[in-house]
Amino acid sequence: MTAAAITTQARPRRRYGSMSRDRRWALRWSYFFLTVFAIFFLMPPVYMLITSLKTSAEISSATNPWWVYHPTLGNYIELLSSSQYLTFFRNSALVSVIVVTITMLISVPAAFALARMRFWGSTALATGVFLTYLIPETLLFIPLFKMFALVNEYTGIELINRWWVLLLLYPTLTVPFCTWIMIGYFASIPKELDEAALMDGANYRQILTRVFIPVALPGLIAATIFAFTVSWAQFLYPLAFTTSADQLVLPVGIVTSLIKGDVFNWGQIMTGALLGAAPPLIIYAFLMDYYIAGLTAGATKG
Amino acid sequence: MVDATLEALAIAGGSRRRSALRKAMQRKSTIAFLMTLPLILLVVLLVLYPAFYSIHLATLNKSMERFVGVGNFLFLFKRETFWMVVQQSCIFAITAVIFKALFGFIVAHFVHNIPSRGQRKWRGMLLVPWVIPPAMSCLAWLWLFDPSYSAFNWVLDKISIGPVAWTGDAYWARFSVILVNVWIGAPFFMIMYLAALKSVPEQLYEAAAIDGANWWQRMWYVTLPMMRNIMAITALFSLIVTFANFDIVRILTAGGPIDRTHVFATWAFWIGIQGNDIPLGASVSLFMVPILTVAAVFILRDIHRRASEMS
Repeated sequence: MTAAAITTQARPRRRYGSMSRDRRWALRWSYFFLTVFAIFFLMPPVYMLITSLKTSAEISSATNPWWVYHPTLGNYIELLSSSQYLTFFRNSALVSVIVVTITMLISVPAAFALARMRFWGSTALATGVFLTYLIPETLLFIPLFKMFALVNEYTGIELINRWWVLLLLYPTLTVPFCTWIMIGYFASIPKELDEAALMDGANYRQILTRVFIPVALPGLIAATIFAFTVSWAQFLYPLAFTTSADQLVLPVGIVTSLIKGDVFNWGQIMTGALLGAAPPLIIYAFLMDYYIAGLTAGATKG
Repeated sequence: MVDATLEALAIAGGSRRRSALRKAMQRKSTIAFLMTLPLILLVVLLVLYPAFYSIHLATLNKSMERFVGVGNFLFLFKRETFWMVVQQSCIFAITAVIFKALFGFIVAHFVHNIPSRGQRKWRGMLLVPWVIPPAMSCLAWLWLFDPSYSAFNWVLDKISIGPVAWTGDAYWARFSVILVNVWIGAPFFMIMYLAALKSVPEQLYEAAAIDGANWWQRMWYVTLPMMRNIMAITALFSLIVTFANFDIVRILTAGGPIDRTHVFATWAFWIGIQGNDIPLGASVSLFMVPILTVAAVFILRDIHRRASEMS
């Protein structure tokens, strides 16, 4: 009798214990696999950092490539004092900041009009904007190249091999997506809000700047981050449209100028690439939640 | 107050009110049109026009003086490299998307599994490959794959596995390209799947557990059906991006060895910009259109369905 009581008492406790043990093991396995994946995902940037701290002699020696024996900042000093690299950086920064501004000036009013002011063809236009986002740049660079060459022929304005031609090209990548996610954010604002503003005698410009932009600020930040990241990272357009060293932006500059013939100065290439990856990474580190919101909004909203 | 009533009286007259209303409507749509005008101009001039212009270009001969009809396409069909490019583009895109989805799914589950206060940190770390500009991270991979100083080969050498020609051998080069593709793209899937996992109501799992469902059944009958939409749309987006990708192949292998890793984008660049044969390059890139259209149609259908479900 007592034995039976003990077993009936013990059984549920044991089962409970095994469940928590299962849970603990599941957790351990989760952490284990997450660590494995994190190593895989972080290995290239970490290796960039490792290589950037080495001298050329150490890079070409037969020592362990995963360890720095004589750390030095020589590569950083050399790159940051080279006027060529600073030109790339300046071009990249100028292009990205201006493109972000252009993108916001075009896409925010357009998104407002498409989300709130129904007019003839507005739904079709919204769908069209989304379709434009799906057209990759690899489909357009050849006809655009020819078009710009023709513009030069007819008007004499030289567009090829000028860094500011990128200001025309990058918005084709950023504007459709930014408009699309801003439509989503604006559409989620309750109608009562702009009706109240209309009752108070606000015009459309005031509704946009006083009500919509402040309320949809998270979306605006997400769109800005997206536009900046895309323009900073774009590789195909500058590679096709710019060639002289003083017109290049960072990604193309590193690939074409630091690789001289067959000589790869890996220490400097890795340093340049790491510094080039820094601005998006820093923005991401500080605004991660907005970044992720923008990323998921593109496909989940609509 | 008095003013308002006076105004209301003043516009009470039937026809006057209608014309005033129409004028207001007209004004509203005019404002709306003006607000979207820059967008329309941008899309028409720099996206739609070049897209159709590229069809026109594809029908010209190399010096762009003579109309050759489908001559460029017929020429491409006869070249072995073209069929290799078709094959490689499809293999790269499909394999890479499958593995991205698989990795993303697994990692999302592990992140979802751990206590929620630690999730942010892990999510932040695991998304890094997506944040680094692809051109920069591809340089790091190129250095990891370096024929003489490859850091991977150093590790493999320690466990006595012979050096691997990561970018030198055709099959290894294809493997490397897919690997880098997966490395860059998997975090995106992870984020999307994580968002989808979080949107599955906890009650469904509780109900399933009460009904005695095991882990597989919960996964198959609760998680997957709830995530199906997001999984499909993420895969389609990624298919478009991967299929049209340029940066990875261009930096890692530049199409080599002997064109064994060329995809449409890099081959079109090689012919059109570097080889100066713009019409032929345009024809090559036009071959991307069918698969992109199919993906776009499916995405649009999904979006329209969701829009009609919501309203």
